[in-house]
Amino acid sequence: MNNKYETHEHDVIIIGAGGAGLRAAIECSAAGLKTAMICKSLLGKAHTVMAEGGIAASLANVDSQDNWQTHFQDTIFGGKYLNNWRMAELHAREAPERVRELERWGAVFDRTPEGKILQRAFGGHTYKRLAHVGDRTGLELIRTLQDKGIHQGIDVFMECTITRLLKDGERVCGAFGYWRETGRFVVFKAKAIVLSTGGLGRCYKITSNSWEGTGDGHALGFDAGAELLDMEFVQFHPTGMVWPPGVQGLLVTEAVRGEGGMLRNNKGERFMEKYDPKRMELSTRDVVARAIYTEVKEGRGSPHGGCFLDISHRGAAYVKQKLPSMYHQFKELADVDITQEPMEVGPTCHYAMGGLKVTADNGATCVPGLYAAGECTGGMNGANRLGGNSLSDLLVFGRRAGMGAAEYVRRAPAPKVDDAGVENAAAEMTGFFGRPNAEDPYKLHLDLQNAMQSLVGIFREEKDLTAAIAKLEEFRHRAENVGVVEGQRMFNPGWHLCRDLRNMLTCAEAIARAALLRQESRGAHSRIDFPKYDDYWGEHNIVIKKDGQTMKVERCPVVKTAELQPLVDDKKAKEKK
Amino acid sequence: MSQRTFKVWRGDPNGGAFVDYRVEVEEGMVVLDAIHQIQREHAPDLACRWNCKAAKCGSCSAEVNGKPRLMCKTRLDALPPHEAVSVSPMKTFPIIRDLVTDVSWNYTVNKKIPPFTPGPDANFLMQQRDVDRVQEFRKCIECFLCQDVCHVLREHDLKPQFFGPRFLVRVASLEMHPMDSLDRLKLLKDEGGVGLCNITKCCTEVCPEEIHITDNAIIPLKERVVDKYYDPLRIVLRVLTGGDKDRQSAGR
Repeated sequence: MNNKYETHEHDVIIIGAGGAGLRAAIECSAAGLKTAMICKSLLGKAHTVMAEGGIAASLANVDSQDNWQTHFQDTIFGGKYLNNWRMAELHAREAPERVRELERWGAVFDRTPEGKILQRAFGGHTYKRLAHVGDRTGLELIRTLQDKGIHQGIDVFMECTITRLLKDGERVCGAFGYWRETGRFVVFKAKAIVLSTGGLGRCYKITSNSWEGTGDGHALGFDAGAELLDMEFVQFHPTGMVWPPGVQGLLVTEAVRGEGGMLRNNKGERFMEKYDPKRMELSTRDVVARAIYTEVKEGRGSPHGGCFLDISHRGAAYVKQKLPSMYHQFKELADVDITQEPMEVGPTCHYAMGGLKVTADNGATCVPGLYAAGECTGGMNGANRLGGNSLSDLLVFGRRAGMGAAEYVRRAPAPKVDDAGVENAAAEMTGFFGRPNAEDPYKLHLDLQNAMQSLVGIFREEKDLTAAIAKLEEFRHRAENVGVVEGQRMFNPGWHLCRDLRNMLTCAEAIARAALLRQESRGAHSRIDFPKYDDYWGEHNIVIKKDGQTMKVERCPVVKTAELQPLVDDKKAKEKK
Repeated sequence: MSQRTFKVWRGDPNGGAFVDYRVEVEEGMVVLDAIHQIQREHAPDLACRWNCKAAKCGSCSAEVNGKPRLMCKTRLDALPPHEAVSVSPMKTFPIIRDLVTDVSWNYTVNKKIPPFTPGPDANFLMQQRDVDRVQEFRKCIECFLCQDVCHVLREHDLKPQFFGPRFLVRVASLEMHPMDSLDRLKLLKDEGGVGLCNITKCCTEVCPEEIHITDNAIIPLKERVVDKYYDPLRIVLRVLTGGDKDRQSAGR
């Protein structure tokens, strides 16, 4: 096998080309940096395309009372006060300008009668706040950024997987990876790196995430010395498809409920009355997911183990106009006409609130030169993310991480990559070939997914979490012997999975360890053995650091801002009423 | 549970052949499920692209029983029940391996199209009815099935002279954007080769997003080019005598 590798040198490399990566790349190249963007898939296929319902921004086009303060309050209430306040503030303040900017770059949102950007209701948002394009808002966002980005001189490296960040002393100096197409190795030298790799949903069996959601940025950053924050908070979206089996977990947009969709159990009851009579179907995602789970567990579920979601009362023409891709998705994949009959839905692993710990203003991790934005970061969403806050997060913090990296590059020395680090990374990848009695990566992946689903899922308890950690230890040993028989490197998905598994195992362990430590229930983290909020934990986040080959799990106080205290107090008082 | 035979094309730029696999079939299964099962159980190195599994990303394009399809959207129960299912890579693009083709040409074409450029007085107040058409075009998920099926590209391989349906749709989405200020008609006529399209509507038929590619994008663009670059009197004569320059120029 030929281990020679090609080398590229840039000021900054962006790893991941979803919304956050694209926005960061645009910012870096606009700042005059030689910018590379590297993605595992083709450009424009990132998981951002799956975002459906909209982008949250207090434009106040529909509800004129809306403002950033209310958006901030909704966000930290949704996050159960564990959010980094400064991140939630920046996000709420800057989202409207990012949406307008997107429009100036060519995005075509649905319109109000006055010709402005239309906004729709969504769970946990006080006002109609989600700018949207039918139910394909993510596609609009990514295509707009893509078409903007390709004319900015960004070097795009498609179908290239990064397996390791390279360091020069404390700072990052580049990244090692392979081309999916040829299996050949490549080294990117850079002064700064932005991680924007998205989520980790592939750790779970039932997930809305594509094959790419293997927690690469979480794990690459962690291995390079960055800290992970809030990993116990994994969002189960309440409404994924439950049937047919092949599409189990596929997302059913919250926009269905935003447009008036009702949830019912097999007795025909609108069960959200029991769980959140005030917000009903538009309660926060953690609450709705638990409600559906409970209904099913107590025997009131639909035939395929979910509940019913009905939008047919809005009439066929309206449904087809506002939810066209949902209409097609159900019609074609499940033989269900949602304009006439209810859908069957159930919770699906959707989003990681937890991720790399970054400075709010510039996306800097604690590793010099390493920045991060989007789903692979933690802090913005606290214990639970509101729908619509993800797309705005990508734009606000993609831009800020780009600015942060650009600022750093101005004073950073030229990157020095040493051969030993590269050889080591190459040896890891070639090591997956030719192992006698190698572990099957597909089998190990399935075992990991089943363990996480059953032991670290929506409801958790100590004995399950302890069992999960033991199992993960066993999986880690098995992963050391994982390999592929087929000895060729061209576009070999089995080989790719061998390496992706290591990232997933790192994420899974971090999730399980943080979940074990947090002895309370809050947001997306529900402990059967600790079903209530705990005041101590309401003031603390969990941070995980690398300590040799083990994980050091620590607590740290929530990052607050004195000026925002009145807004937070005001929200707490309102919610107590 | 029953079994079905899949004939999957395996190979690389040097050649290849269909290989048979037996797959356990369950209710509601799509072709991509079968490909994943083959990867898990028989051929871990079987190359294919996929992402969302929900017909939203346009990654898993292939030819199922010879027809350009998204594998994630093609249900087995919609295919003839007693025959083997053949799955092969898109024919129009060079093979990389198995079901994966080199679609980089598309990205090169996209780069040639001048981006959205609002005029200095653009206020971005737009009525829904004025953006409906543009939104239709922007539904495109870039699966490139329209490029795959288009005769101009598939049979005549005129890639250097023709953008293909996908990028004519892209130009249309810019040209019809109420706030855009550029004129891309010369590009369309010369580099874009809009005249090469002979309106067979094959692209429209395979579009998984059901975009009316020919009627709503290509024909209006052709009309705009003709209005601008060709003598109106001759156009009238051509129509009266039943001759259509566009129809005569390609694909026969």
